Amino acid sequence: MKFLLAILLTAALSFLAGLYSPWWSIAVIAFLVALLIKQPYGIAFISGFAGIFLCWGLLAFWIDLKNNHNLSHKIAQIIPLGGSPVLLILVTALVGALVGGFAAASGSSLRQR
Amino acid sequence: MRIVPFIISTVITVALVFALNKRWGKVPDLGNFLSPQTGFWQNAEGDGEDRNESLSFPALKGKASVYLDERLVPHVFADNDEDAYFVQGFLHAKYRLWQMELQTYAAAGRIAEHLGNDPKFINFDREQRRSGMVYAAENALKVFESDPESKASCDAYTAGVNAYINSLTQSTLPVEYKLLGYKPEPWSNLKIALFLKQMSKTLAGYDNDLENTATKPRLSFEDLMQLDKQIPDSLLPIVPKGTAFAAPDIVPVKPANADSLYFEKRDTASVIQVSKPNPLNGSNNWVASGKKTASGAPILCNDPHLELTFPSIWYEMQITTPNVNVYGATFPGSPNVIIGFNDNIAWGVTNAQRDVRDWYEIQFKDDSRREYIYNGNWTATQFRIDTIKVKGGTDVYDSVAFTVFGPVVYDKTFSKELSKNKALALRWTAHDPSNEGLTFYKLNRAKNYDDYLAAIKTFTCPGQNFVFESRDGDIAIWQQGKFPARWYGQGVYLMPGTDSSYQWQGFIPQVENPHALNPERGFLESANQRPVDSTYPYFIPGNYITPRGISIERNLSRMNNITVDDMKALQNNLYSVMAEDARKILLHNVNEEGLSADAKKYLTTFKSWDLNTSAASTGATIYQTWMDSLKKDIWSDEWRRDSLRNPYPSEQTLVEWIHKDSAFKWIDDVNTPQHETLRDVVTQAFEKAAVQLKKDEADGKLQWAAHKDPTIFHLLKAAVPSFSRKIPVGGWSNVINAVTDTHGPSWRMIVQMSSPTEAWGVYPGGQDGNPGSKFYDNFVDTWANGKYYRLWMMKESEKTDKRIIGTLTFNRG
Repeated sequence: MKFLLAILLTAALSFLAGLYSPWWSIAVIAFLVALLIKQPYGIAFISGFAGIFLCWGLLAFWIDLKNNHNLSHKIAQIIPLGGSPVLLILVTALVGALVGGFAAASGSSLRQR
Repeated sequence: MRIVPFIISTVITVALVFALNKRWGKVPDLGNFLSPQTGFWQNAEGDGEDRNESLSFPALKGKASVYLDERLVPHVFADNDEDAYFVQGFLHAKYRLWQMELQTYAAAGRIAEHLGNDPKFINFDREQRRSGMVYAAENALKVFESDPESKASCDAYTAGVNAYINSLTQSTLPVEYKLLGYKPEPWSNLKIALFLKQMSKTLAGYDNDLENTATKPRLSFEDLMQLDKQIPDSLLPIVPKGTAFAAPDIVPVKPANADSLYFEKRDTASVIQVSKPNPLNGSNNWVASGKKTASGAPILCNDPHLELTFPSIWYEMQITTPNVNVYGATFPGSPNVIIGFNDNIAWGVTNAQRDVRDWYEIQFKDDSRREYIYNGNWTATQFRIDTIKVKGGTDVYDSVAFTVFGPVVYDKTFSKELSKNKALALRWTAHDPSNEGLTFYKLNRAKNYDDYLAAIKTFTCPGQNFVFESRDGDIAIWQQGKFPARWYGQGVYLMPGTDSSYQWQGFIPQVENPHALNPERGFLESANQRPVDSTYPYFIPGNYITPRGISIERNLSRMNNITVDDMKALQNNLYSVMAEDARKILLHNVNEEGLSADAKKYLTTFKSWDLNTSAASTGATIYQTWMDSLKKDIWSDEWRRDSLRNPYPSEQTLVEWIHKDSAFKWIDDVNTPQHETLRDVVTQAFEKAAVQLKKDEADGKLQWAAHKDPTIFHLLKAAVPSFSRKIPVGGWSNVINAVTDTHGPSWRMIVQMSSPTEAWGVYPGGQDGNPGSKFYDNFVDTWANGKYYRLWMMKESEKTDKRIIGTLTFNRG
């Protein structure tokens, strides 16, 4: 339950923060959510990871769909991904997720036991 | 708190954020770049995006509305001219900002500052500045700003561009900025001048004077004139043959010492310019009067030939105010419509190709370059110190010495393969103060022939053939520019710069520039050929291209009851008159019996070729491969030039000479003991060509389009191949449909001045420079298939037309 909450909160708040702040606000949000919701820090890592994976992944997927894979196909050649929109979305989600995961682990390990 | 996990996870988080927030060499800051909220994803435009906006700016004087149609062409309605220019600037920036910036950075020699620490970029920048590009723009700016109408339109345009730039956020930046890692800077009137000077370089920046000078040890002046044949036998000049010319107002006099100090002097300067414009930069235009058309109304056609790029150099739009109602192709970077039509007239341009650049050898007193000898006195130079910023490197300082002739481009401090450290100063009409923008301002508002004449009178550089038609029924063409009056041979080589005797003695009076109005034959055309026949009383060297004019004229002469569809077909004509002439001579001279089996096979195909350079043609490939092989065989022993920057004598010249004289002296290969005949070289060349053709055939490249591999590249070229597109089209530079591999008709326009006006146009690109937009390249297939869009001169009452997909309203405040 808490796990699900942490994931969804991370995803939603990082989206909101991203409307007004630079990209690394995802780290700040993941950190804060993990600080507020008590979880073992291994689980915290996963919920931070999953939260940002969800936020960035879904956003990229949605934008890509409306764009008919036009730009992603081109960028996925500049970044050598063989022109695959799916791989590009995956890379996007993973990069954000990694930052989110470690930030969450940091927040979680800051909590008093 | 659990200390160790905290420290580890925090350190990793901070390191990740730091690493992803930084550019690593050419790799962008991935955190930013990949973020769906700030990175490239934000440039991935959605289908059905809302294009309605309501905008307010204090700089506006009144109200303006922009209706975007289904091709994203904006139809601008403003209640005053200045607001219209503001909106034009805003729209150019909204859809093409990155391109406008890059082109003006290139003009100003600021490429290394934005694209990085590469010696190629730094040398390019140095050459641009030393050639006086910024100096020329500053001179032009003074003139723009002294004319109230020019100043007002430039100020408003600049304000519009800046209004858009100021609205940009990290996420709305065009994707190229995100990839390259810089941000736009404020626009200025100087940048408008820089843009126009970049066009001057593109169209009037080509000369072969230094290359000619390097031939002096091997070729006499007569040899050179024979090979750089200025008046081909088959020339069909722009001004119809037989037109009488007035006695010249100025007759330049050759200096007494010209034979020893100039024609026969064996100089050894051999400089290779870093960045030379493409000699193919040129175009076609023509106009037919009502007596030759089916509708009885004149039809005007224009297709400018430039490097085909994404984004396109052209941007289509309509501008309507109480004073002007004009539609056409505009240049992002400059106000006004450049090629287009209004309610009463239509106009277009082709490049004049005239030589307006000469080089002078300067004798400096010493290495300080502070003084040079001029008319017997040591004269002070003026120095400009340029700072070239280098991204990721230290600033480079360059000091350029300016003389009475112009800037000393090449000297001991900047020389590319310069021998004997000669100092070479450039005299270029692009440096002279002028206001080309005013010409377009006036053409946009012109109502008749007199207005057109008044508009073009002040146009200086780059010289253009302005074609014209009016609703009154007039058709005209005028080669307009500021052209030096030369004595025969002046400027073909590097000239002595120690005194004034080799300077230009004056300019050809404007009224004596080649022109024609309402000719008996009912049509006029220009396609970069020499504008006049040999009776014109001036020496007018130029980089002329003859075949397309011949082809256009042949067609227009025999056409009657011409329709718009006939003109579309003519612009897309693939027939090679060059090949038609050459084939006779090639077949006559080839020794068939001695040919290999492969060669015989190709010869058979060649014989039955329909002479069209179509995409699927193998005959076209065989012809061109044979000709290229023949050119190499004939020229390479003496001529030692084979690149774009140092081309061999033209195909036209070669074919005419071997047609006239089969013992043409250049046929013999000086490197072999025997004396080759025309039959020998033609056959030899074909055998060599056959080897190449066999390879091509094995690679699947025997068909003409596959052989040429035409591609429209993004301005960043090979760095972003996924932003480019291959276009399987035929054509060639000496054919009306002048598509080569990266160069060709960048805009095609046809305007019939009937009631209502019927206008058609297309360019190989799209209105939006964003590679993530569906409007990036949506016109390419239409263009490639020889099709056109109907150009819509909208009335504001049509604003609810279902073709409108978005409206931008601009208000004061």
